[in-house]
Amino acid sequence: MSVLAARPAVAGRRVRPARALLYAALVLLAGFYLLPVFAIVVASLKSFADASQSTLWELSKAPTLDAYSRALTQLAPNFVNSVFLAVPATLLSAFLGSMNGYVLAKWKFRGANLLFTLLLFGMFIPYQSVLIPLVKFLQIIHLYGGIPGLILAHVVYGIPICTLIFRNYYAGLPTELVEAGRIDGASVMGVYRYILFPISIPGFVVVMIWQFTSIWNEFLFAVVLTADVTQRPLTVALQNLAGSFLVDYPLQMAGALLAALPTLVVYILLGRYFVRGLLAGSLKG
Amino acid sequence: MATATAQPIATERLPRSRSVFPAWDQLTPILLVTPSVVLIAIFVYGFIAYTGFVSLTKWVGLVPDYTLVGLRNYVRLFGLERFQADMWNTARFTALFLAGCLVLGLGAAVLLDQRLRGTTIFQNIFLFPLAISFIVTGTVWRWIFNPNYGLNVLLHNAHLDFLRNGWLTSTKTALYSLVIAAVWQMSGFCMAMFLAGLRGIPEDLREAARVDGASELQAFWFVIFPLLRPITLSAVIILGHISLKIFDLVFVMTFGGPGYATDMPGLYMFIATFRQDLYNRGAAIAMVLLIAVAVLIVPYLIWNLRGEAER
Repeated sequence: MSVLAARPAVAGRRVRPARALLYAALVLLAGFYLLPVFAIVVASLKSFADASQSTLWELSKAPTLDAYSRALTQLAPNFVNSVFLAVPATLLSAFLGSMNGYVLAKWKFRGANLLFTLLLFGMFIPYQSVLIPLVKFLQIIHLYGGIPGLILAHVVYGIPICTLIFRNYYAGLPTELVEAGRIDGASVMGVYRYILFPISIPGFVVVMIWQFTSIWNEFLFAVVLTADVTQRPLTVALQNLAGSFLVDYPLQMAGALLAALPTLVVYILLGRYFVRGLLAGSLKG
Repeated sequence: MATATAQPIATERLPRSRSVFPAWDQLTPILLVTPSVVLIAIFVYGFIAYTGFVSLTKWVGLVPDYTLVGLRNYVRLFGLERFQADMWNTARFTALFLAGCLVLGLGAAVLLDQRLRGTTIFQNIFLFPLAISFIVTGTVWRWIFNPNYGLNVLLHNAHLDFLRNGWLTSTKTALYSLVIAAVWQMSGFCMAMFLAGLRGIPEDLREAARVDGASELQAFWFVIFPLLRPITLSAVIILGHISLKIFDLVFVMTFGGPGYATDMPGLYMFIATFRQDLYNRGAAIAMVLLIAVAVLIVPYLIWNLRGEAER
């Protein structure tokens, strides 16, 4: 993305011996961020029997995928749950956010700014402050305990951030587009449907990546709103796995990598859109 | 607040639009936002009001008891040794977490802004933890901090035995271990904010400082850094509110232990409500947490709105 695009490297403009020092500092920092990756690699490629204390941080001499196959057996149903949770919730909140963003950016009505601020506050609240009534409410409408209830919670509490990103996106598009559409006789919906929606792809990509990552990684709603083991999303299952196989580190690390994989893949493929969502969350960025 | 009809932003440039379009068209914008507004009104503001109400009642156990007891739950809460530990832990955790993220984030951003080759790969390495769940982070760091298996073995092999310690198992070091894992996860956010800020500063400004005879360090301290102040404030507020709400990481890494050494309000709310069925106490903790977050966030929201109006 443009805001994080590097300034061009100017090689040899000024020969600085400090350059080596700068690289050394970068490598040292990178070492800190990569330590857990290294831990996952050394631990997860071992068999349980091989995971002895002295050779713990060495690469296995006989690497095996045994831990991965065991983790997959344990976590596959929860992986599927997380997919069935994250995908619909992401699509629904992106859709709602897009409509809200369109209205709040292009059709100011009295009190629109106050309304927007009240919406935004919902993005920052600690979810503990809505948890007790949320559980009761979901029980009343018979959605407590499973994935549909979780989808509802994530869609509702995802409205603020999705609205924010889309509002900023549409605010960046020229209002002349709306006016031209109106002069050609398009209704408010028509302007959205035929003019703005087709050029909304970048906004949708940012919002959907952000929502998918947040929902996939979320834990508080996941642990409180699911009752049945078979309904649990992956984060809760991983936590339980780590709790019940305390010394089986190969299994834990393989499970951790499995749980991180989908969002990591999204980050690697579409990192610049991910960063855009990240900075949007701080409002001013 | 959704009164009357919505106007397109530049009404005066749309002559007679009212006569061309039917009345329902003027209402469409309001109808479009109504579902979201209703949902947020109920699920955010209505639910907060309900939680606030529960915090004033006698509700303990699975059957709601709505007998009002005033502020008694709050008075008791602040008298609890556990909650006092929670507040002290949150304060220390927040201070250390913010310091760690700001120092690492600014350091990394400055390094990445030095016109070196290959910085993109480093940038990606510093940012990837943000894409990962606190649960994954906690699982992996819990292993790294296991005194028998993890980092201690690595330190022993590197002949750095003086750095070995109990990490998560000692009341002295557990909170610091938690901070390290949290900084690992979130410092990239600071880095991205600072980097965006640094790259938004025109080169002319640095050049002007150099022409005036400033060293690189002076130019940074007197010219660049003051320009990063609003970004620093944003980062502190966003990370600060995340820190107040911290839950997942503590849940996985320590569950508040050993003793109450790493217990946090977010976790205690969960335990009080859903493990001990002390609904009134859970609600009171939630309200205290909400107020703490609101004190930080509401001025920030207003500041943002004002800034936008001026633009």
